[in-house]
Amino acid sequence: MGYVKKNRDFHEARWDEPFIMEMGNPGERGILAPKASEEVKKLSGSLEELIPANLRRKKAPKLPELSQMQVLRHYMRLSQETIGTDINIDIGLGTCTMKYSPKVHEQLVRMEKFQELHPCQDESTVQGILEIMYQDEQYLKAISGMDRVSLKPAGGSQAIFANVQTIRAYFEEKGEGDQRNEIITTILSHPANPGTAATLGYKVITLYPDENGLPDIEALKAAVSEHTAALMITNPEDTGIYNDRIRQFVDIVHEAGGLCVYDQANLNGVFGLTRAKDAGFDMCHYNLHKSFSSPHGCQGPGAGAQCVSEKLAKYVASPTVEFDGKKYYLNDNRPDSIGRLRAFYGVPSVLIRAYAYIRSLGADGMKQIAELSILNNNYLIKKLLETKGLSMPFAKGRFRMEQARLSWRELTEETGVTTDDICRRIVDYGFQDYFTSHHPRVLPEPFTPEPVETYSKDDMDEYVAAFAAIADEAYTDPELVKGAPYKAALGARIQEECLTDWSRFATTWRAYKKHMNRPEEQEK
Amino acid sequence: MEKTFVHPYMPNSVPEVKRLLLDELGIKAVSDIYESIIPGELLYKERLNLPEPILSEYELKKHVAGILNQNISTEEYASFLGAGCYKHQIPAVCDEINTRGEFLTAYCGDTYSDHGKMQAIFEYTSMMGELLDADVVSYTTYDAGQSVCSSFRMAVRIHDGAGRRKSVILVPDTMNPDIYDQAVSYCRNVSSLKKVRHVKETGLMDLEELEALLMKGDVAAVFYENPSYLGFFETQAEQIAELAHEYGAICIAQPQVSSLGIIESPMNLGADIVCGDIQPLGMHLQYGGGQAGFIASHQKLEYMEQFPTYMYGIAETEKEDTYGWGRAMNYRCSHGSRENANEYFGTETGLWGITAGVYLASMGPQGMYELGETIVQNLQYLIRRLDEIEGVKANPFGGSNFQEVVVDFNASGKRVADINAALLKHRIFGGKDLSREFTELGQCALYCVSELTSQDEMDKLVSAVARILKEG
Repeated sequence: MGYVKKNRDFHEARWDEPFIMEMGNPGERGILAPKASEEVKKLSGSLEELIPANLRRKKAPKLPELSQMQVLRHYMRLSQETIGTDINIDIGLGTCTMKYSPKVHEQLVRMEKFQELHPCQDESTVQGILEIMYQDEQYLKAISGMDRVSLKPAGGSQAIFANVQTIRAYFEEKGEGDQRNEIITTILSHPANPGTAATLGYKVITLYPDENGLPDIEALKAAVSEHTAALMITNPEDTGIYNDRIRQFVDIVHEAGGLCVYDQANLNGVFGLTRAKDAGFDMCHYNLHKSFSSPHGCQGPGAGAQCVSEKLAKYVASPTVEFDGKKYYLNDNRPDSIGRLRAFYGVPSVLIRAYAYIRSLGADGMKQIAELSILNNNYLIKKLLETKGLSMPFAKGRFRMEQARLSWRELTEETGVTTDDICRRIVDYGFQDYFTSHHPRVLPEPFTPEPVETYSKDDMDEYVAAFAAIADEAYTDPELVKGAPYKAALGARIQEECLTDWSRFATTWRAYKKHMNRPEEQEK
Repeated sequence: MEKTFVHPYMPNSVPEVKRLLLDELGIKAVSDIYESIIPGELLYKERLNLPEPILSEYELKKHVAGILNQNISTEEYASFLGAGCYKHQIPAVCDEINTRGEFLTAYCGDTYSDHGKMQAIFEYTSMMGELLDADVVSYTTYDAGQSVCSSFRMAVRIHDGAGRRKSVILVPDTMNPDIYDQAVSYCRNVSSLKKVRHVKETGLMDLEELEALLMKGDVAAVFYENPSYLGFFETQAEQIAELAHEYGAICIAQPQVSSLGIIESPMNLGADIVCGDIQPLGMHLQYGGGQAGFIASHQKLEYMEQFPTYMYGIAETEKEDTYGWGRAMNYRCSHGSRENANEYFGTETGLWGITAGVYLASMGPQGMYELGETIVQNLQYLIRRLDEIEGVKANPFGGSNFQEVVVDFNASGKRVADINAALLKHRIFGGKDLSREFTELGQCALYCVSELTSQDEMDKLVSAVARILKEG
């Protein structure tokens, strides 16, 4: 069987790379661009004549002046100081679904026939990309059971936002816009749910877990009223516990006249096993950069899919992608729509990857993703829970879906080593740091792994062995763990106050230098 | 009949390995797990209605490429389309860096493990800070539209924070119509947008009307684009900011980043918040998928507190001259404080921020200057040449433009849609049809050039338009 590497002698690249603003010399050039022809210049005249004097830039921007090789080298070094999914066993970033992003997709999205398409081109010249989008919608309809899918949202959170806009439009048309001003969510649902609801002015009611780790159904009963616009809920939540009363949740809200919105950003464990529609939901959304394989790109671009039932179909953002039997086209003539949501249509590179991904797997493959991600997760948890000081709160003995929230509470109480310490220490073993929890931390010292289907048994065994080793360190030499990391790209601990004290806070080099030059203001 | 097959993306699909995992859990099949936790009535008993898989990589690639090959790209036809998405030279180094697996597949790793990513992001915001002459630059947002929307709401919150209830946002009636629609919906529950009309002859904001609206005292912010959506420079940038300030309103401006080598940043013309899109800085068109937004301001606490996005702060370390970075003051974002946050927030466009950094580092001040110079020269040539055609009025507003210009076909008696359809036969994408967005302009189109537009392409366009109009 496969070899499981233990005690890997890892060290991340550490280039101690200077700041780019300080590199290079005046006059160096990184790239030359085309210039106007002599004839064009002759007819058009000089720059001074062509731009208004009061708008002319007086001082050139202080951008780096650096030759091409030096630019490339600098960024290559920075890339080496970054741990992407391509180079590590990325099980730790639970809820993020860090699965393999197939390389053949990258070849497809770099085709000139896609990269150089302008979004305002005539429809006859973009039939290919429209076909991909149209087919994506059909596939997502099958996966969700819903009747209409909009691929316009630029990310998962914007899809959630579109769902809240749809809630607003639906009740306004019914004349209940002012009355239904509350949205119910759960504390373990993604923060974009309360975030989007509040952005549009809804009062947010939050349900907390009961003793079984599931949202408190009695609290829901108490919360619903004639003011309820919607329930926005994730299942499974970050705990990985499947909410088997989900249908009851939906019924309670429906009876109160509200809509039900399923946050299915993390679809990986339910492909082909259960659908939003079958649980009675009116809407759901997918993050196409998660379960549908797009690389996460240092936080984007991603793409969102808004999926709605028949009665809400007329509200989704304009335009929609349609097919008249001969050609694909964009339909803007939708008077009840929530509007444009944003310019252009979706994030097409992510839509191409989703298309290729679904086509490479088919129905059985998609179901196999769910099965293996559930199997992997339960195997991983079982192995991880052999680690001293690590436990899994709630619903003991019950299987989890594709992820799980664990807790280092015991280890922290016994050694003083916290989850944040372990999160730094794991990097020394050659892994990306891990996701603890969204804020607030409902469970103490959280740790949320998600071993998706693309990780092997050997990968998981190596991962588990690393945590066993760290736990051992915590009990024998806690300072070692607290002082970590030692082998990461950044070898020195930062002064956290720089990130928490507004008077020292700087988002740009120029702002930082101004702080440096005004030490007296730092004292304030 | 369901099939289990060994798939290259799923190592544990090998039956023997899968068996080891099942044995460890003491179960016979994975269904023992999910059937024990998902109620039977919710289990989907059918097979998903999806096409049969294309298993080999070669056939998959051929299939998808076959679909995409139906497209006709701007490399095949000469394109005069802009309207918020711009074709520029992409340095090969930009593509090289953003296809690096480390950057491409990283996500939310933090200070120590993703030190390089954090530095690349901070360098991006720092270079944007130089380009914009702004001390505070946000992490990337979805796009210009999101940045404009958030800037509007920031302005309202800044007033709220100071105990002033001001909720009206004044915008030019020539602004990008998609972004206008987006903002109306996005801001509706906290503010209302009011359009300030333009002076008919010049397209510029009517300052008399602006002042009359400001005098009502409920204006949170005045917004302008420079250049405007319709391509002309808003030459009254300073007066707009002065008027806004005189009446206690915040001035928000959206510059075109590719113009900032030659054009003054709005920050130096009185603007308080600057926002826009970085797509022109190294992102391919991608049918609109290369958009990414920025928001910037002066280093003022009352502004910084209102940013709704992540902000990456620099931190000193125990070692001299070694810095680290971290996401700071997260309580501003929904990731930090849920419904109490400024606005919602999610995965946006990090890779494009890093790419824009590579672009700016490659271009340098000289590159950005030459870029701007070439674009205005090319556009001027196009204006002069189109204007020679009978029935065509290029640049009816008469002022100076950056890279886009309104071309008025009303006198030709032809519809833009028909002209553009005819141009396709000449392998040309004509300018964006404005007749639906700006009905009062009649049959006008928005033409766009860049440093990549050759004289030959412009000459071809001019002769094609002349021919199309002549042929009737």
